[in-house]
Amino acid sequence: MELLAFGKTGWGDELFYATLMTIAVSITAMLVGFVFAIIFTPLKLSKYKSLNLLGNFYTTVIRGVPELLVIYLFFFGGSGAIMYVASIFGYYEYIEINAFITGSLAIGIISGAYSTEVFRGAIQSIDKGQFEAAKVLGINKFVQFYKIILPQMLRLAIPNLSNVWQITLKDTSLISVTGLVEIMRQSYVAAGSTRDPLFFYSFAAVLYLLLTYISMKLINKLEVRYSRGY
Amino acid sequence: MDFDLMITSFPKLLVATVVTLKLLSASLFFGLLLGLFFAILRINKNIFINKFAYGYSYVFRGTPLLVQIFIIYFGLGQIEYLRSTFLWVILKEPYWCAIIAFTLNTGAYTSEILRSAFQTIKPGIIEAGKSLGISNKIIFYKIQIPIAIRQSLPAYGNEIILMMKGTSLASTVTLMDLTGVAKYIISTTFKPIEVFIVAGGIYLFMTFIIHNLIKFLEKKYSFQ
Repeated sequence: MELLAFGKTGWGDELFYATLMTIAVSITAMLVGFVFAIIFTPLKLSKYKSLNLLGNFYTTVIRGVPELLVIYLFFFGGSGAIMYVASIFGYYEYIEINAFITGSLAIGIISGAYSTEVFRGAIQSIDKGQFEAAKVLGINKFVQFYKIILPQMLRLAIPNLSNVWQITLKDTSLISVTGLVEIMRQSYVAAGSTRDPLFFYSFAAVLYLLLTYISMKLINKLEVRYSRGY
Repeated sequence: MDFDLMITSFPKLLVATVVTLKLLSASLFFGLLLGLFFAILRINKNIFINKFAYGYSYVFRGTPLLVQIFIIYFGLGQIEYLRSTFLWVILKEPYWCAIIAFTLNTGAYTSEILRSAFQTIKPGIIEAGKSLGISNKIIFYKIQIPIAIRQSLPAYGNEIILMMKGTSLASTVTLMDLTGVAKYIISTTFKPIEVFIVAGGIYLFMTFIIHNLIKFLEKKYSFQ
């Protein structure tokens, strides 16, 4: 137990901050994913074949390629890409991107592909009559989406989004390969310096279980809230 | 774009794909057996057996695969007692550690898939079997299991693809699988995009094959 003490002697405070980091990365990645989903869901539902193709390309590639490979692409390619863009503007110094940004972007793109599929499924399962009724009443597209489609869609999407959240939360463990100090990285460091990997990795597992358990409870509340009237 | 690098790295990555496929097939084979075993425990009426099986799937589905591999590869070696038993022959090899971790992980997901398939079998089918005087054992093996396998094909197809992506984590315990070799080439040449296209292409090709294979099986074993 003294291994987990707070302060200089133990790893308690380090692991606590690492847990906060995991939560921060997960939430950022999930939000980045929503941004991608908001861009790509309309593409997938579009009438135009070429836009469909673009949307399908994104979701198929990201969901068909291992997360770790995507992270390596961002980790090794990220600063190169930024430096290339900077060189166009005449800036030739070395630029290093923050591991947090690279990590949340990489995980966000992965999470976005899953969110896109969830949103697409949810919108497609809304009764066609709803769209038609809105049209007949002369409601414009914007209000139709925010007041009619979105509330119904969220009810259908939340259970699946909860799965996406779990996937995202677990995927953040992979960013440890880039050196960002989240639960996995901190456990790796602690295990290395105390030579007690069994304890620290098991503790990491417990932390992840706790995070998934708590988020499940919170999401269940949200689910109840959005299924009012059903 | 460095096309030369793409061409020269392709054979190296193909060799590594064999490792990925070996890991995948071994863990899927053992994982399916384990999943079936735990699914049967899950539908058991005894609450302790039931809860035990639920706990197993909860823990392995609630923690990242990376943690599971690290516990097995780095953690178990720490136990002095294990080092003296014959198990150590297996546990000191990263290859087997990866397979054990993948098996336990996919077993947990598979048990959930099969459980829900068992529970969606219409009671009428089992009753029909009973009324024909078929013994419970044969109803289970010849009626329930085949139906459950057919029911769970789509979900299991997803699980195979997820597991294929999961095998990339073997590269974190020094195994040179497709992702491991890809990372090696990236870190020696600093050309991530080219390598990503080739390695990602191989992964996508495998996803494509698995996807279509499952589709074919679904059609072949459909009820119509």
